[in-house]
Formats: sequence, structure tokens, C-alpha cells
Amino acid sequence: MSAVSLRSEPRPLVLSNARIVDPGRKIDAFGTAIVIDGRIAHAGPGPTPALPEGAEIVDCRGRAVLPGLIDMRVFVGEPGAEHRETFASAGQAAAAGGVTTIVTMPDTDPVIDDVALVDFIARRARDTASVNVLPMAALTKGLKGREMTEFGLLKAAGAVGFTDGRHSITNALVLRRALTYARDFGALIMHHPADPDLVGSGVMNEGETATRLGLPGIPREAEIIMLERDIRIAALTGGRYHAAQISCAESLAVIRRAKASGLNVSCGVSATHLALNERDVGPYRTFYRLSPPLRSEDDRRAMVEGVADGSIDVIVSSHDPQDVDTKRHPFAEAADGAVGLETLLAAALRLVHNGEAELAAVVNALSTRPAALLGLEAGRIAPGAPADLILVDLGMPWICTTEALHSRSKNTPFEGSRFEGRVLRTIVAGRTVYSFADA
Amino acid sequence: MTRNLLTDADQPAAVFTHRHLLGIEGLTPPEIVALLDLAEEAVDVSRQVEKKKSVLRGRTQINLFFEASTRTQSSFELAGKRLGADVMNMSVGSSSVKKGETLIDTAMTLNAMNPDILVVRHHAAGAVHLLAQKVGCSVINAGDGAHEHPTQALLDALTIRRHKGGFGELVVAICGDILHSRVARSNILLLNALGARVRCIGPSTLLPKALDRLGVEIFTDMKAGLADADIVMMLRLQRERMDGSFVPSVREYFHFFGLDQEKLGYAKPDALVMHPGPMNRGVEIDSAVADGAQSLIREQVEMGVAVRMAVLEALASHLPDQANFA
Repeated sequence: MSAVSLRSEPRPLVLSNARIVDPGRKIDAFGTAIVIDGRIAHAGPGPTPALPEGAEIVDCRGRAVLPGLIDMRVFVGEPGAEHRETFASAGQAAAAGGVTTIVTMPDTDPVIDDVALVDFIARRARDTASVNVLPMAALTKGLKGREMTEFGLLKAAGAVGFTDGRHSITNALVLRRALTYARDFGALIMHHPADPDLVGSGVMNEGETATRLGLPGIPREAEIIMLERDIRIAALTGGRYHAAQISCAESLAVIRRAKASGLNVSCGVSATHLALNERDVGPYRTFYRLSPPLRSEDDRRAMVEGVADGSIDVIVSSHDPQDVDTKRHPFAEAADGAVGLETLLAAALRLVHNGEAELAAVVNALSTRPAALLGLEAGRIAPGAPADLILVDLGMPWICTTEALHSRSKNTPFEGSRFEGRVLRTIVAGRTVYSFADA
Repeated sequence: MTRNLLTDADQPAAVFTHRHLLGIEGLTPPEIVALLDLAEEAVDVSRQVEKKKSVLRGRTQINLFFEASTRTQSSFELAGKRLGADVMNMSVGSSSVKKGETLIDTAMTLNAMNPDILVVRHHAAGAVHLLAQKVGCSVINAGDGAHEHPTQALLDALTIRRHKGGFGELVVAICGDILHSRVARSNILLLNALGARVRCIGPSTLLPKALDRLGVEIFTDMKAGLADADIVMMLRLQRERMDGSFVPSVREYFHFFGLDQEKLGYAKPDALVMHPGPMNRGVEIDSAVADGAQSLIREQVEMGVAVRMAVLEALASHLPDQANFA
């Protein structure tokens, strides 16, 4: 496969002999995808129309073509912490991981709570990042959990949702008013359900492992109680509520009940929580310190089931670049967070390889469902949709090494992990922004 | 041509049989119409050089305002004086309430002074009703919390009737902070009673629960809500509600809910604009609209005096010794 420069003029592209997987149209079949002017002109099995003039023709040899991944929870670092990650480096990491759209969190310095800052991100990302960057704006001014931001004006400026990122809203009235007000604008509210008082000084899942390690624990109830509260407020207000990440079996039960009663709620899980559990913390490895924390194996299995049956809507990377200044500390004093853009797909594909979930369910959670929640045209391989596509060798083995990471920060919990499934080419709006030969 | 309730007992105004005016709730459509008819005459009186009548001569009217007010209080004062009453103003700043006296104690104290009419405004819903149970005189509600402000609704109705002739099939859009507004509640009751179609428009955070049960159509978008509206009634948004607690900012509120020429354009071409005052220019209403050709805001103030004269006159017919006199 030839190297393609980042900003080449998009000429027509033909992906032939491809296994096209489009959960939205329930397609998983061999066929051809044709891309013209940044959009999909044809995709699927059956007779192929005449190929466009001057097209680049790629024989996929039966490999998978999936809709590009849409990652709903990405911390970047720009503005304010460019030494950890910039839009440029996050864009490269995303492209290498098959992520064609990243949704950025407002926990930056300054906090993204103003129209001018949303505008800044949109322009800065357009100029420097190779993938789509969509900002979520702060839910409350300064992430202080007190006063809601200008949902209407921020949405018009391009904010795709509202969240306080790592922060939880402890004041139920603030959340009630925010969900009520957001409803008028059809705005999505994404919340991190973790009661800060119950989390307290906890640094990992409360249980045997924490006790053996002598580390303060975070009870599951910190998540479950707040999630239950949130669901009731969502019911009261009729607003669109999305739990950014859940981590416990019982949280999944709460979500299932809410959905069964017809509420407009959804939730996510990180690929890291699908792949790892609390035992992986091992000898105080700070790259495994996350929020929410890695839970027990039973909880992990429940998360996998949730993805398989669609109760969990989306899989996110929760990509959170941290440098040695925040991670090279004793476990209890280190920061939370792990990078994940480049391991998102491979970690999620483990579910498929283990026979725990269908490929369509995983692709749905990585692309189709997030697109629907965010109101994007992407997330599908259908004529007329933006040509955000990835070519994936689902079975190709590889080992994750920090040297090979494109992210500016190297805090991956998957160092040395063996994966099956590799992105060979990432296409954003018809333009190839990554191909495996480059690496 | 003025009508005297005392002598012309068979006139329409005599259908008003209440001792107090505590709210629009409880008034029948004929009673409301009678008050409006009476107010119409008071407009004529107020436009004469000689504005004095003697219906309330020798009567004492106390304006008891627990909440600051400029236009309502002065309007009641003028109305009382034009009808010949002795009017005393008591506001919270100079009263014993600040020294910890309860509402009931204040009422009993005032009652001992034998007033004939008490005009009361209080920040708590229901406070005026409580007071009315404890005193021997007639009580007029000049606004209690977010409950009712009946004379405002009557003056709004009078203003509308003078311009539109009636209420049948009239589309009235009440816009803004419905949640905290007593003006909205009284207007909804009155306009519904007289057959108008009432809409409420505002962000969901400023719309009370179950508002639809009050017989109004609810909108959260000005464009949709103002379509085909004959009357656009703007409500005041208080500063402390725009700091992120109910709406994010003045900027955002004005952008989506402030009445400017563009939004007014969604209503009927001959739509009229009203506001109970005091206005926040640039928050809920643009100056060009507030002072524009479609604005009735200044006329509302004039109608305010007339309506209060009508209410005082109507209640005067039931003051105790006059009942004996009749």
C-alpha cells in the first residue's frame, strides 16, 4: 500500500473486494465502496456501477471496511496543556486508531464554556488536525457545577453536547434545570456519574485488591447512586441524558431499567474497562488508575454483555493523555487517565475475537450509535454519507508499544499487549489521513 | 357620563357582589365585563380637567406594600384620590414588619384604625388571602407572590378591548418568565374566561409544571409561539434569574426570547405589544419595539389608574355602612 500524503487532493476512491460492515443498514457483505468528492457514492454488494475517472482503486482482498470510529470522550490538552497533547498529535493518534471523529472534553485551561472558545477549537482543529474534531462545551460555567452555560448559543457555534467532563454535578437542582433547559434546544447532556463525596480519597475499586494493596477504595455506589439520581431527573425533565461511562454491573441494570421504561437515556463504556479489571493494577501501575476505576472481573463481563446486547450505547477511548509530571508518582498521588485512541478498536475487537459480541454490535457502539446520539451524518456506509471510512485487517496480530504511539503522551495501560485487528487505512471525507505503511 | 353604583343599583356594575378583590379566580365573565365597563368611564373621568369624584369621600384607603412598587402603588393612590378617599401609603421600609411583627399582627393593628379599603402587595403567595380573613374592611390584592395580580390583568384586558374590540378568537401570547409571574396567572384566568386563546412562550426552566392544565398552549420557541398572535405580552425577567440558574445569561435570553422587530414579525402584522413594567430593555424587550408603533405599554399605565378606580368603586358599594344606607 502506497504512502499517501496527509493533505492530498481527494480523488475518487474505489474500495473493491471489501467486507462492508454497516450496522445502520444491517449490511455485512462483500462488495465495493465508491467515494467521490468526499462522500460515499456507492457501497454494498451487488452490481458495481461504472467506476469514476481517475479513481484510486484499492483491492481490499476481503478485509473489512467499517464506518470511521466516533469517539465521544477525548481529552486533548489544547488549550492549556499542549505538552500532553495537541489537536495535531491527537489527530494523528486518532487517525492511526481508525477514529475519524473525536469529541473533545471541555476540561481545558481555559474551560470551554464560551462561544468564542468553541469557535477557537473548531478553527484550531480544522487547521491542525487530520480528523473531525467536535467540541463538547461545559455544562456549567467554569465546570463549577453551579450555573449552566449558554446551551443555545454554544450549540449554534458548534458544540455537539454539554458535559462537565471529569466533574460530576452534585447539585441535583442544577442538573434538573440544565436538563430542562437543554430539552428546548435538543441538546445532549453527558454526565460523569461519580459522587465526589463517596469517591472521597479513593483511588481504585473498593474490594479485596484495594485492601491487599493498602489503597483507599471507590465504592460502586459512588457511581450507582448518582446514576440512579440522574435517571430520575432525566425522567422528571424529559431531557436527553447520556452517562459518559459506566463501570459496574449494577449501573448496567439501572440503565436497562431506564431504557425499558422508555426514557431518553444512553450510556458509554471505555474500551479499557471492556478489556481490563482491577487485578491489572498489579504492582501499583499508575497507568491503570482511571476514573471510573477498573472494577472486578464480574463487572467487566457485565460491560461486555451490555455492549453485546446494545444496552450500552457507545464504546469510548476516554483518551486522557497524562505526562510523567502527573503519572510518575505513588499510585495514590498520581492523576487518573490513560491514552486510548490508538487501542480503542483493537481492545473492542477482543470482544469479537472472544466470541462475546458480534462485529456489528461492536461497530455500532464505536460509530453508528455515537453518530445518532450526536446527530451526525457519519457512522454509516451509505450513499450520500460523508466518506469517513476505515480499512481494517480484523485478524492481523500486533503488539502495542509506546514507541509506536502517535499520541504525545505515552500513558497506555496496554504496553506490551497483544491485539488482533489493525487499521490499514483511515479515510476522512474521502481523504486518506493514515495508512499502515506510513507507520 | 358617569355611573354611580350607589344610586343606579340596576346598572351592570352592580353584578359585582364581592367584598374583596383577591384574584381573577372566582370572578364570572359578566363581573369582569362589568369592571371593564366601569373602568371605561373612569378613563373619561381621568381625561377631564376635573378628575374628582366623591364615591369614596370620607373613606380611608391604606396601601400596604410589603414589596417595593412604583407604578402599582402610585396608580392605586391616584385612583383612590380621584374617588375622594383619604389615602395612606405604608411600605415595608417604614413599617414595623422590619422589626419582626408578623403579618397578622400588622393586619390587626391596621384594622384597629378602621380603614375601609386595604390594598395589599406581599412577596408570599396567599398572604393577601390570609390578611383578608383577619380584617373587617375590603381587601384588594395588588400582587401576592407568583399567585395573582388581578388589577394588572384587568388593565391589560381593558387595553386589549379598546384596541381589538373584544376577546373572541384573539390569540394572546404571554412570553418569558411564566414561572415567577403573578401577572401571567391572572391574565391566563381572565383571558380564558373572556374567550381568548392564550399561549405561553418561554424556556422550559421558566414554565411551571402542568401549565397546560391551565388551558394554555405552550411553546418554547418564539417563532412558533408568536405565529398569528394578535397580542404579544412580554413579562419582566428578574436579574437574579439570568445568572445561570434559570437561564444562562442575558445575552442568550435576549437572543432566543427577547422581543425585537424580527421576532415581532412572526406575529400578525397588526399585533400589539404589551409589558406590565418595569421593563428590562435589551433583556426581554428591545427599545425599538417597546417605543414602537405597535407598543401599548404607555397606554397600559393610563388604563391602570382607570381600572383601579373601577375596582375601588365596585367594592365601595359593599362597604358595611353603605349596605345599610342602601
